[in-house]
Amino acid sequence: MFTKFFFTLKEASVPVTLREYLTLIEALKAGCAEYSVNDFYYLARTTLVKDEKNLDKFDQVFGHCFNGIEFISDGAEVEIPEEWLKKLAELSLTDEEKAEVEAMGGWEKLMETLQERLKEQEKRHQGGNKWIGTAGKSPFGAYGYNPEGVRIGQKESRNRKAVKVWDKREYKNLDDSVELGTRNIKVAMKRLRQFAREGAAEELDLDDTIRSTARNAGFLDLKMRPERHNTVKVLILFDIGGSMDDHIKACEELFSAARTEFKHLEFYYFHNCVYEKLWKENSRRHTSFMPTWDVLHTYPADYKLIIVGDATMSPYEIAYAGGSVEHWNEEAGQAWMERMLNIYHKAVWLNPVPEKYWDYTPSVQMMKQLMTDRMYPLTIGGLENAMKELSR
Amino acid sequence: MKFKGTDTYVATEDLMIAVNAAMTLERPLLIKGAPGTGKTVLAQEVARALGKQFIEWNIKSTTKAQQGLYEYDAVSRLRDSQLGDDKVHDISNYIRPGKMWEAFTADESPILLIDEIDKADIEFPNDLLQELDRMEFFVYETQQTVKAAHRPLVIITSNNEKELPDAFLRRCFFHYISFPDTETMEKIVDVHHPDAKRELVRDALKIFFDVRETPGLKKKPSTSELLDWLKLLMSEELPEEVLRSKDPSKLIPPLHGALLKNEQDVHLFERLAFLSRREQR
Repeated sequence: MFTKFFFTLKEASVPVTLREYLTLIEALKAGCAEYSVNDFYYLARTTLVKDEKNLDKFDQVFGHCFNGIEFISDGAEVEIPEEWLKKLAELSLTDEEKAEVEAMGGWEKLMETLQERLKEQEKRHQGGNKWIGTAGKSPFGAYGYNPEGVRIGQKESRNRKAVKVWDKREYKNLDDSVELGTRNIKVAMKRLRQFAREGAAEELDLDDTIRSTARNAGFLDLKMRPERHNTVKVLILFDIGGSMDDHIKACEELFSAARTEFKHLEFYYFHNCVYEKLWKENSRRHTSFMPTWDVLHTYPADYKLIIVGDATMSPYEIAYAGGSVEHWNEEAGQAWMERMLNIYHKAVWLNPVPEKYWDYTPSVQMMKQLMTDRMYPLTIGGLENAMKELSR
Repeated sequence: MKFKGTDTYVATEDLMIAVNAAMTLERPLLIKGAPGTGKTVLAQEVARALGKQFIEWNIKSTTKAQQGLYEYDAVSRLRDSQLGDDKVHDISNYIRPGKMWEAFTADESPILLIDEIDKADIEFPNDLLQELDRMEFFVYETQQTVKAAHRPLVIITSNNEKELPDAFLRRCFFHYISFPDTETMEKIVDVHHPDAKRELVRDALKIFFDVRETPGLKKKPSTSELLDWLKLLMSEELPEEVLRSKDPSKLIPPLHGALLKNEQDVHLFERLAFLSRREQR
């Protein structure tokens, strides 16, 4: 019935399965939608979409697939333009002008154009769902009876119905990759959990209690055990200064999320590429630092290594001794990177620069190669993949 | 019987469809949304509107799926066996039914709220898959099967702290409660404070949405905070002019503590007020 819609959703990478599709059909049969397009939209949304980040994609696909049929099936939609028309009539049209409008294809055509315009406007800027059309560009101006354009939206409810709900694309900012809040980061980082029982024994260990009670000839012998805790260990290295200044906010968020999420979290800063020194306080980087060798010796191989940096630098900084921009480095950055990766097998590089620009910077390519492709963009999607890689 | 909102709960059209679809097909309904948009209240109101029994299961980080089905109190049985209590011979004396058991054995199909499912361990939803699907489970200790005579309407809320497993999501209807627009908000306020003066509500709403739009707020005030604030405003019986005054020196809304819950946000707001005062000069 809606097979095309279903497959278009799949193509748009909304995760839908046959089971949900069948549920939708079942619900339709049971009369949950009562033959109105709006109801069908809501019903399809509640059955097929299971994550708010996919709502926007769903709205787009819905608008695309069911474009044009709503006027036939939904009576309410037709009434609304008539309301607007009444308002238009108030703008004192002469008979000649009315004739002209008829010549242009009549009111229906006009309203279609209006609908189109609303849709375009939706697409172009996010917040603009209230006012449409100002001087010059409005289709109404073109017909010549309202040079200022028609303002719609004085009455909220009417406007709301005119713009179809899915065309409003209210859920735009819930769509994935763009926005990074600490909450989202935390959700992504939850993948990295490793539970183990450590510390004070507070929980009743029933199995052990029964076993030892039995051994004790039936006399009750309570056994306690420690609660489970997340014991994953993480070492984060942040690139700081220079080109990273543009990404401070994203890094801050990542850091604050990581801090609350992991008990065993160690972090150090570096500049552009990892060399023989790392530091904890950026203001005192020249006086109080930690030799990279010491870091490698302090944290055992079961730490998971996350490097955050834009990897944007001159290729010399990676490949040659003495290539660093701030000091003379005896060994090339490449050597240090290989050293780290040899110790920490679970390692990823998070890059705040959007993935589509990576190809234009040779140093990003080099770093990606050094990391054996384990470089991920600093977006929710990228972070999730990175965590998956780390917990493999 | 259809859910259409109640005299104390304004349900949007899409929410009604979701609730009714879940009810008709007897599948669980998963509700997500920003804190304070009325996720938990929804279940109570559905129960009230349809006159059904309401069973609430609050999930904590230590909650196990098994606790919702039943618990076997082995320790008290061991103790009783030492004391030579007769109860000890019947194991069913030590089976404590959980909330799901309670919901399955209710006389009429009840509303079961599983509140904040994301608080629990990541495996929690997976452990309930079969139980929610078939609405039955097996009690090993007594070899009995508990089967729902009337399938309850299960409403599950999540605050998005953890992702839920796909297999679980496939079985649910999903609804995301988005932040209400001005029109819906007016209705909500109307339902909660019918005696509020119209002007007061309009002015307060304007301030409320202005506050929400202040850039850089750590935590934007939500519906429940607005309702609290209105209650405060009314009990204080502030003169209407206070809210309407355009005087920037009074830019901080009265009793702002109900709206802004974060020290930094209050500071930010004060700073903005200060700036606009300076501009006026």
